[in-house]
Amino acid sequence: MDRTPVIVGIGLSDYPKTPHLDGVQHHALAAQRAIADAGIAKSEIDGYVNASSNMMIDDPVTMAEYLRINHRYIDGTMTGGSSFEFHVQHLAAAIKEGLCDTALVTYGSDYLSRMGRSLGTGGFQRPGQRVAGPIQYEVPYGNSLVGAYAMYAMRHMHEYGTTSEQLAEIAVGVREYATLNPNAIYRDPITIDDVINSRMVADPLHKLDCCAITDGGGAFIMTTAERAKDLPNKPIYVLGAAGAQTHWNISQQSDFTTSAGAQSGPEAFARAGLTPADVDMIMFYDSFTITCLILLESLGFVGRGEGGPFIAEGHLRKGGSLPMNTDGGGLSSCHPGMRGMFLILEAVRQLRGDAGEAQVPNCKVALAGGSGGWLSCIGVAILGNEAPG
Amino acid sequence: MKNKVRSATEFLKPLPDPDAISSEYWRAATEGRLLIQECPTCGHRQWYPRALCTECSSDTQWLECSGLGTVNTFTIIRQYGMQPFKQELPYIVAMIELVEGPLVMGNITDCDVETVRIGDPVLVWFLKIEEGIGIPYWSPDA
Ligand SMILES: [Zn+2]
Repeated sequence: MDRTPVIVGIGLSDYPKTPHLDGVQHHALAAQRAIADAGIAKSEIDGYVNASSNMMIDDPVTMAEYLRINHRYIDGTMTGGSSFEFHVQHLAAAIKEGLCDTALVTYGSDYLSRMGRSLGTGGFQRPGQRVAGPIQYEVPYGNSLVGAYAMYAMRHMHEYGTTSEQLAEIAVGVREYATLNPNAIYRDPITIDDVINSRMVADPLHKLDCCAITDGGGAFIMTTAERAKDLPNKPIYVLGAAGAQTHWNISQQSDFTTSAGAQSGPEAFARAGLTPADVDMIMFYDSFTITCLILLESLGFVGRGEGGPFIAEGHLRKGGSLPMNTDGGGLSSCHPGMRGMFLILEAVRQLRGDAGEAQVPNCKVALAGGSGGWLSCIGVAILGNEAPG
Repeated sequence: MKNKVRSATEFLKPLPDPDAISSEYWRAATEGRLLIQECPTCGHRQWYPRALCTECSSDTQWLECSGLGTVNTFTIIRQYGMQPFKQELPYIVAMIELVEGPLVMGNITDCDVETVRIGDPVLVWFLKIEEGIGIPYWSPDA
């Protein structure tokens, strides 16, 4: 019996703005579509995984009840936006070990319809609020989510001479892919000048260095290569997955030029028996342009400090040597708060050869690099459309 | 070494809710003292204070800092939705590298935000909010 873990079904809910759906409905709609895509019976699902956005509403046990999943394996690992790459890591082990045979992972969020665009700079605490826990050491200072990432960009520019133009190239390239996605929230092409001339939100990050806020949901089904033999889709193999954490709160990062990907990247490649040169396309968590640059360097695609010049050469664009975020990314397409789910779904779409105009030619290996928190928890999943050797 | 303490007339920002360990940190700040922790076993120094040394898991001791540091990285916050920060825009959020080692977060005040650079020397000062809670801030150390 071949228990190699594979992804056999994917589903997206509707996005970018869906005021008629709440978060739970996004979970459910995506689950319906993933189950239909996989061609399995719902009753086959014996593993359930999610990362909650709202305790008591869409946490794993509440959603398992809502969806009526008779699970013998459940995981609610919540590392922020990278949760779903960690889920792939955990499920790969669980499926190999036989803790479950067929698992469903879901995500859903109505962030844009419910909260508007408050995530980046809205503030999380009320005036005069008393705050416990490690965040008590940060709340008096009024940092924003954008500000946390801006401190990486500022330090990286200081140490390596990285420029705003180099970061802007990331936003421009991802937007180019968004023009091919009819559901993307932003579809008009932009230039480097557009990015640089957009409003400064937290120096050195401009408005167009920042991701969108949308509604959305996604789901995928993982099972064994054995089970996949009888299913309609070409199985997508989990070749290697790993996760690591340097800090959670931004004030506990000790090096603002790198990330925990420097640990989880090499581990994922070692498990896959591959190197960055073997990767045909990347799905990076583009919460901000700088997030992609830090991931690119820390996962080992380029050396430290080499990201800016590499990006400026256009490698990440459509037609480049390492196309990135072919669905239009979080920067321009879909970002309901935790984008890691969509990294997996788009990687699978590419590996199936179903990406239409955005298809990366000859795509055999795709890497999903998720960042959770403030470049805190970096999960890496390397997927391929050929069975591992 | 004692550093400058100013008293707040009205403080509307979010505040720490002190716990068994952090209460000593916030109280020292009302007296003009910046505390970090040092491990008597392995020498590791850490901020924020915790119930153990993050390197070797031993008990830690308090270490009173000089209040001197340099800017490791920073940003100028130009957009923020919540008051009273909104009315203070633009302002600096920075990570300060203490001469004693650890990085700490804070605002850099008493300067033109456009002039701040990585590597600038800074000096701590404290805003006493109430009995038992002082907040460390930083200003350029000319
Ligand atoms: Zn120690």
